[in-house]
Amino acid sequence: MPKDQPDLDLSPQVSDEVRKTTCYMCACRCGINVHMKDGKVAYIEGNKDHPVNQGVLCAKGSAGIMQHNAPSRLRAPLKRVGPRGSGEFEEISWDEALDIAAGWLEPIRNDDPKKLAFFTGRDQSQSFTSLWAQGFGTPNYAAHGGFCSVNMAAAGIYTMGGAFWEFGQPDWDNTKMFMLFGVAEDHDSNPIKMGIGKIKARGAKVIGVNPIRTGYNAVADDWVGITPGTDGLFILALVHCLMKAGRVDLDYLARYTNASVLVNEDPKSEQFGLFLRDDDGNSLVIDRRTGKLAPWNGKGVEPDLTGTYRHKGITHRPVFHQMADRYLKPEYAPEAVADRCGIPAARIRAIAADLARVAFDEAIELDRKWTDFRGVKHDKMIGRPVSMHAMRGISAHSNGFQTCRALHVLQIILGTVEVPGGMRFKPPYPKPPHAHPKPHGLAIPGGPLGGPHLGFTHGPEDLLIEEDNTPQRIDKAFSWDNPMSSHGLMHMVISNAYAGSPYKIDTLFMYMANMSWNSSMNTTGVMEMLTEHDEDGNYTIPHIIYSDAYSSEMVAYADLIFPDTTYLERHDCISLLDRPICEADAVADAIRWPVVEPDRDVRGFQTVLCQLGAKLKLPGFVNEDGSAKYEDYADYITNHMRRPGVGPLAGWRLGENATLQHGRGEPNEGQLQSYINNGGFWLEHVPEEAAYYKPWSMEYQEWAVKMGFYDSVQPYIFQLYVEPMRKFQLAAEGYGKRQPPDHLREQINRTMNPLPIWYEPIEETMVDHDEYPIHALTQRPMAMYHSWGTQNAWLRQIHGRNPLYVPTKLWEQHGFTEGDWARVSSVHGTITVPVAHQASLNQNTVWTWNAIGKRKGAWALAEDASETNEGFLLNHLIHELLPPKGDGLRWANSDPITGQAAWFDLRVKMEKVAAPDRSQPAHPPIKSPVGKGPENLEWKVGK
Amino acid sequence: MTQLPTSTDKKLGLVIDLDTCVGCHACVVSCKGWNTENYGAPLSDQNAYSGAASGTFLNRVHSYEVQPPEGQAQLIHFPKSCLHCDDAPCVTVCPTGASYKRQEDGIVLVNESSCIGCGLCAWACPYGARELDAAEGVMKKCTLCVDRIYNENLPEEDRQPACVRTCPAGARHFGDFADPDSNVSILTAERGGMDLMPELGTSPVNKYLPPRPKDTSTDIDILAPYLTPVAEDGQGFIGWLDKALSAFPGGSK
Repeated sequence: MPKDQPDLDLSPQVSDEVRKTTCYMCACRCGINVHMKDGKVAYIEGNKDHPVNQGVLCAKGSAGIMQHNAPSRLRAPLKRVGPRGSGEFEEISWDEALDIAAGWLEPIRNDDPKKLAFFTGRDQSQSFTSLWAQGFGTPNYAAHGGFCSVNMAAAGIYTMGGAFWEFGQPDWDNTKMFMLFGVAEDHDSNPIKMGIGKIKARGAKVIGVNPIRTGYNAVADDWVGITPGTDGLFILALVHCLMKAGRVDLDYLARYTNASVLVNEDPKSEQFGLFLRDDDGNSLVIDRRTGKLAPWNGKGVEPDLTGTYRHKGITHRPVFHQMADRYLKPEYAPEAVADRCGIPAARIRAIAADLARVAFDEAIELDRKWTDFRGVKHDKMIGRPVSMHAMRGISAHSNGFQTCRALHVLQIILGTVEVPGGMRFKPPYPKPPHAHPKPHGLAIPGGPLGGPHLGFTHGPEDLLIEEDNTPQRIDKAFSWDNPMSSHGLMHMVISNAYAGSPYKIDTLFMYMANMSWNSSMNTTGVMEMLTEHDEDGNYTIPHIIYSDAYSSEMVAYADLIFPDTTYLERHDCISLLDRPICEADAVADAIRWPVVEPDRDVRGFQTVLCQLGAKLKLPGFVNEDGSAKYEDYADYITNHMRRPGVGPLAGWRLGENATLQHGRGEPNEGQLQSYINNGGFWLEHVPEEAAYYKPWSMEYQEWAVKMGFYDSVQPYIFQLYVEPMRKFQLAAEGYGKRQPPDHLREQINRTMNPLPIWYEPIEETMVDHDEYPIHALTQRPMAMYHSWGTQNAWLRQIHGRNPLYVPTKLWEQHGFTEGDWARVSSVHGTITVPVAHQASLNQNTVWTWNAIGKRKGAWALAEDASETNEGFLLNHLIHELLPPKGDGLRWANSDPITGQAAWFDLRVKMEKVAAPDRSQPAHPPIKSPVGKGPENLEWKVGK
Repeated sequence: MTQLPTSTDKKLGLVIDLDTCVGCHACVVSCKGWNTENYGAPLSDQNAYSGAASGTFLNRVHSYEVQPPEGQAQLIHFPKSCLHCDDAPCVTVCPTGASYKRQEDGIVLVNESSCIGCGLCAWACPYGARELDAAEGVMKKCTLCVDRIYNENLPEEDRQPACVRTCPAGARHFGDFADPDSNVSILTAERGGMDLMPELGTSPVNKYLPPRPKDTSTDIDILAPYLTPVAEDGQGFIGWLDKALSAFPGGSK
């Protein structure tokens, strides 16, 4: 070392200890190494052994230390003492808090359990919270899927037994073209970034389809700046081009999809549009070996795609015929859709041609033997190396279900699902809709619900409605309004409860859902509903219980607060019963554990539910002698048994003679410690011969049974044609016992087409396009997760304000310059916000970052915080109901099939205005129950 | 004035791939976390929970729009930290010798105990890569995680800068540019790695890989044969299908 250089310690002690747990800074669930010094959290980095993130970590994850130390953390249970919305509370003991809650809930349960609406927002313990709600007996339970991405999830399950993210992912190591549709940047965030990095390192191609060119779309080799809400039309034009050119995987379609299944084509038949079935209920195909009918799953059957079958005067044709009839029509030609989609016809053709080139001319062959469910042995695995991913961008439209279906149909005709280089499912998926539960909704005073709340409907008989069509659920899920609403409609709960439609409730109980702010449409209206009194002077929604770790906007609107721990102070299980963290090549689950103990009077919400459940003597939460079954959530995680041998965690269960085994087994008291010793997760690789073709591979199916994903092998074929949708259409046409109300017949018949269609987003059909010519969207930044980032001293320096980004055409048209403000109006509301120019944007679209704007007084922020003055919510422009049609009915601003909140159907107009002193609307400050954060930070744990 | 070494044994630095960087800020916050807890004074934050917060960062991601004369606008994410220049003007301008370039590996560092916080180095740096910490009054800059890359308390695979270890897209690479066979030298050669503002004569060690050409595949002429029609309507398609399927198992019936 040169003499004038200082002597540096190049090997400082990094930490006293590393504790490995699971991140909760977003929904991605990466493994983290928490470095401890003096018993405190000093530094957080990614866990290299973890299947999700393999060592990398995003900005949120690394900023976890600031989340854990946030001044906005609640300190003790709170009882409201001022009016709702004021933020005036007093701290109370847990005993008092649980007494108050039980005092409200016990009479409801004995009298009418549905008077409790229990909705958990960004809950990662839904298999547990739903069990609690089942025990209570209320039909009114769901998490936040209905206002997030139920269209994507449900379309995936109904079509092919799984969608993206938790369900499936591209075969990153083998794919040669990756096509990304309208993706929000926080779902599966690190794996997508890692995957894009891998693809780019190989020089393979990324195509981004998104009105906004940021993030992943900024690095895409080709960017398609599509008009919002037209993705389905664009996709069906690709389908048109590919079918017209015969660039479809006929072998794959015949063997592994219902393209070969015969459909009744007699318009006069009660079975019109339904599958021809044998006496055992198996759908039928024509076997090419014999030319005769055969069940789809018959041994050795070679399903035909062309043959028709006539029986008793009724013609039956394979699904593929119907697809040819529909998608070869000129209405799906690129020229016919180009203007509407904002994509030149030549560009659409070029993309279709490129898909065809890669899928068929660059096909992959792996020398791996496998056996399909018909007993046919295959020497090779043939790959079509085109992969796709989509999330909320295409999902959050009122035509989103059909659009997501169309995307899966595109994948399937190219033969790119569950093949090398394509999209692959993550165990325990794939799992077809019939392997999932059906929804349950019948409330019995004093008793539990008959089964899980959420599930998949297969026809009108599965709807949760009374004889007179009144919905059984407060959110009207699984009613004629939205028959396939598999995730419920959390965004309609407050509005329906306030309106008493379908009925009044007594207690609204919520977890981790900021419903009086960024998680609701019509935010101002929701605040009014939460604070409105009835004629007797009582709140219209009489009781509200809320659990959150932080002083969010919603806290002020509750009567009783259960303060949650931070994610570093709690037990959790990321369970195979819930939303798994597996990779395509491995099954995995994980835990959180208290790497630090809380320094305040807070409890993990799930532990509180164990305690409250015992107090209420809910089935599943008490022993036979009435004592509490689970001391806390850790006890539940270890000892709960969902089915014989199957519990919340699959690793380190007990086999015979107390040997440790994975998958099935008895509870093991040392299980959590085994997880901790292993870095917080458990993983087992999928056998190589079962790595692809999972729905059809006997190697995979048998392994899945062994692991406990299901109890018997259950191969299935992809549903290009979703027959349950046709059953709802038949009802709308007048067939069957259960009949929809007349005002819904047209909508059901038009939208629930069993083969994907495109229709104009509903609100767009009701809004004057000349008056409101602009589309308005939100995106979530990669460095911030909803509202849970704003309190974070590091992350708010990256996203502390959010301008409205305006494309060049509109920027010039309105004469904007940097620093200007605009008044932006929809048919529903008006906001006044700062604008900024962005050229890489669809020319008729404006957008902003989601959930940066904050209410004054929330999150322990000072009242001059940039989030409150220059931040804003687009939510004020979006209503949970459509504009009145003049028919006196309330029509939800949701997808009519699934109830998915149609956030992205918004149209606005814009005018330049003088800068106000802050963004508008400006809500008065709420009183902070935790005070304000410090002015400056000099954070250092080790000295 | 402070002397630069005439040469360094190694030239440690980063290759940052602008074709792959998605602008996620993972490197920014990972750097903040490590360097708050480690080398020198913590990276402080002012108005941490009020106003427009502003703190010290050693690495920031900027985003720039590029509007080509023809075609669609592009957005480039540009992470920026100290480039550990061979001819570092921030070192030669330092009045106390606090800023220096290490002879053994070329890392440019600030010896905080000698730093008087005069800010001359930040003015001299043409890249804006140095930030004066408002709480401590000393100059902060990228250390290339000098307390990680040689740290015997870390597993060998973790002996790399925090930003490189955390980058989800794999857009950041660390290595020795003095070694022509190193990962960073090879990447720079293969992908046309560039100096940032070479005209300034600072001879930066860090290199940037330029974005690959974008939006190039709009030429349907080359691809048209892939879409040669086999049918014009449903009926024609079924006719084609019959023929196509005759080549399949059972097709000879």
